[in-house]
Amino acid sequence: MSGGTFVGMPAFPTAAREALGNAQLRHNLAHATGTIRAKRQRLVDEVNEVSDWEELRLAGAGVKEAALRDLGTQLELLEASLTANGATVHWANDAAEANAIVASIAKAHGVDEVVKVKSMVTQEIGLNEALEAEGIAAWETDLAELIVQLGHDLPSHILVPAIHRNRSEIRDIFLAEMGQVGRPAPDDLTDEPAVLAAAARAHLREKFLRAKVGVSGANFAIAETGTLVVVESEGNGRMCLTLPEVLVSVVGIEKVVSTFADLDPLLRLLPRSSTGERMNPYTSTWSGVTPGDGPQEVHVVLLDNGRTNALADEVGRQALRCIRCSACLNVCPVYERTGGHAYGSVYPGPIGAILNPLLKGVGGPGPEGEQVDSLPYASSLCGACFEVCPVLIDIPSVLVDLRAQVVDAHRGGVPKVEALAFKGAAVALSDSRKLAFGERFTRLGLRVARRFGAAKWTSTRDLPPAPPESFRAWWKRTDGGRS
Amino acid sequence: MRVALMVTCINDALYPGTGQAVVSLLRRLGVDVEFPESQTCCAQPMVNTGYLDEAVPVVRNFVDAFAGYDAVVTPSGSCAGCARHQHSIVARRSGDATLQSAVAETSPKVYELSEFLVDVLGVTDVGAYYPHTVAYHPTCHSLRMLGVGDRPLRLLEQVRGLTLVELEGADQCCGFGGTFAVKNADTSVAMGSDKTRRVRDTGAEVLVAGDNSCLTHLGGLLTRERAGVRTVHLAEILAATE
Repeated sequence: MSGGTFVGMPAFPTAAREALGNAQLRHNLAHATGTIRAKRQRLVDEVNEVSDWEELRLAGAGVKEAALRDLGTQLELLEASLTANGATVHWANDAAEANAIVASIAKAHGVDEVVKVKSMVTQEIGLNEALEAEGIAAWETDLAELIVQLGHDLPSHILVPAIHRNRSEIRDIFLAEMGQVGRPAPDDLTDEPAVLAAAARAHLREKFLRAKVGVSGANFAIAETGTLVVVESEGNGRMCLTLPEVLVSVVGIEKVVSTFADLDPLLRLLPRSSTGERMNPYTSTWSGVTPGDGPQEVHVVLLDNGRTNALADEVGRQALRCIRCSACLNVCPVYERTGGHAYGSVYPGPIGAILNPLLKGVGGPGPEGEQVDSLPYASSLCGACFEVCPVLIDIPSVLVDLRAQVVDAHRGGVPKVEALAFKGAAVALSDSRKLAFGERFTRLGLRVARRFGAAKWTSTRDLPPAPPESFRAWWKRTDGGRS
Repeated sequence: MRVALMVTCINDALYPGTGQAVVSLLRRLGVDVEFPESQTCCAQPMVNTGYLDEAVPVVRNFVDAFAGYDAVVTPSGSCAGCARHQHSIVARRSGDATLQSAVAETSPKVYELSEFLVDVLGVTDVGAYYPHTVAYHPTCHSLRMLGVGDRPLRLLEQVRGLTLVELEGADQCCGFGGTFAVKNADTSVAMGSDKTRRVRDTGAEVLVAGDNSCLTHLGGLLTRERAGVRTVHLAEILAATE
């Protein structure tokens, strides 16, 4: 079953316009993000009562940064530890390589289905679609991912992929779709959350018990011990990690941390920042193969897919510290109005606006390049994302740096109107005499703007009235107000 | 102490009254403020849109204009933020060592108005009188880039006749964001409309902020909505007397 695809989505302003027209979506998002913002703030205040949230952020950023600075060594250590624990380590440069590895493992075991733990990285590489093309069904088992998958929909939030759906929509999806792919929803299904959860539970139980191969990502990978970690709320992930005979974990290379002790700040920061809880209900760790307990064949696919490009970016590399908590989404005023689909990626919101250009590169050709290039501009640079980021990613600074990269990538050739305007402005604003000359035409300029255009401004906002003279003209005329 | 006014390009062209208010306010407080006439713009529009090469001559002009002053005061949180935090990025990119050291010299001396009044002059009661109901919008760059905190509120609380009302969701962005207001006009207006709705809910006659760029956006929406709420820069309230 295909969950749709982000490929071919229009650039942010166009996609956002469509979302802004959906009043129900805006209401759902404002309510959901508002609730989670308040919960998170309470827990941050609680930490501050006994210790210091800022110190915890520094510690979290520190362990991630240390591992990134030493990434080659840490990954080699991780590979050695995992191998010693009986896991098979694979390296994948890009999405196609990673997908081929997972498909070949599934085929080697003759299965036509796998169960999946909620994982951003497998969505990033389009694993479900790639497996489907090989005749292998990939069943999402996270409740929200299940809703998205059954609805032939796309995720719109990192932590709450179905945040854009309300419960009556979910009821309709379950009734129409569950029977197509497994145990149907009961006919008397209501839109009570507990009833919906029970239907999902019964539907998934069949799949857990039948599956021979499980697929996961990992929140963290510990080099020292060869341990992978998944943090979740429902326990469905743990079912996938323990019941099948074969487990394949796809792990972005930036997930590595050096030691088990490094988890300490991260496991305190992550649930507080993401779900507004002191601790997540399920933390699963696995280290290779344990005879007689859990999967007896464990594969780990270490994935690059643009990460070394991001690592080489002096300003942008800090984005690889991201622990996918989604706190930045929940405080972002742009995300709150447009929702996640407008970003055209599994990574929406402020982190998506920097991560996608960093992983994919800016200045690419065609509509896809245009879509990526629009993302660094999908922000008012208000700074709320930096304020909440548990690992201190200065998203506004990275956005500005990426904007410069976008502009630079398009230098040469025929300049856009905007580029010409900024070149002209640079000339005028480097010389006060030229500026003073220009200001004599402010009134005319505003009149022209009102009459003819600046349509993007004036369709919904009035322009201010023009003053009789500029400040510098006033200063000159009155000797700085003295005469 | 030699103090220069950085009036900003927007205030120069569109809001001369804000610059005049800063001048009369500082003179009243005994500061003989100067206006270096070679000043133009802080280069923020270029920097924040990604035109860093184009920002280089503008930053060079900025440091030339304000060289030798002990303090540079500006009635704009975002322009102060650009000078303090972004000029060094532009200078580094230019590869010009002279420019880099000039920026390092000038940047720390740039103050947003409320910072200058509270931190440098040490006053919160500036002797103002403004008999109106006022809601305060803390602009994002003042709030997060500069961290001006409650300084503007402490100044407003001392204004005689002024009734300060609380604005719900005050710390949420108004949606201006420089070229964001044009590049993503629909999202910008959606954010601004939510802000003006909350402003109207306060019943205030006047919306005050420390940045005329945000107020241009919000004022443009408020007049279009015929909301009956005026937008006034913080400097003009603090300059007002009986």
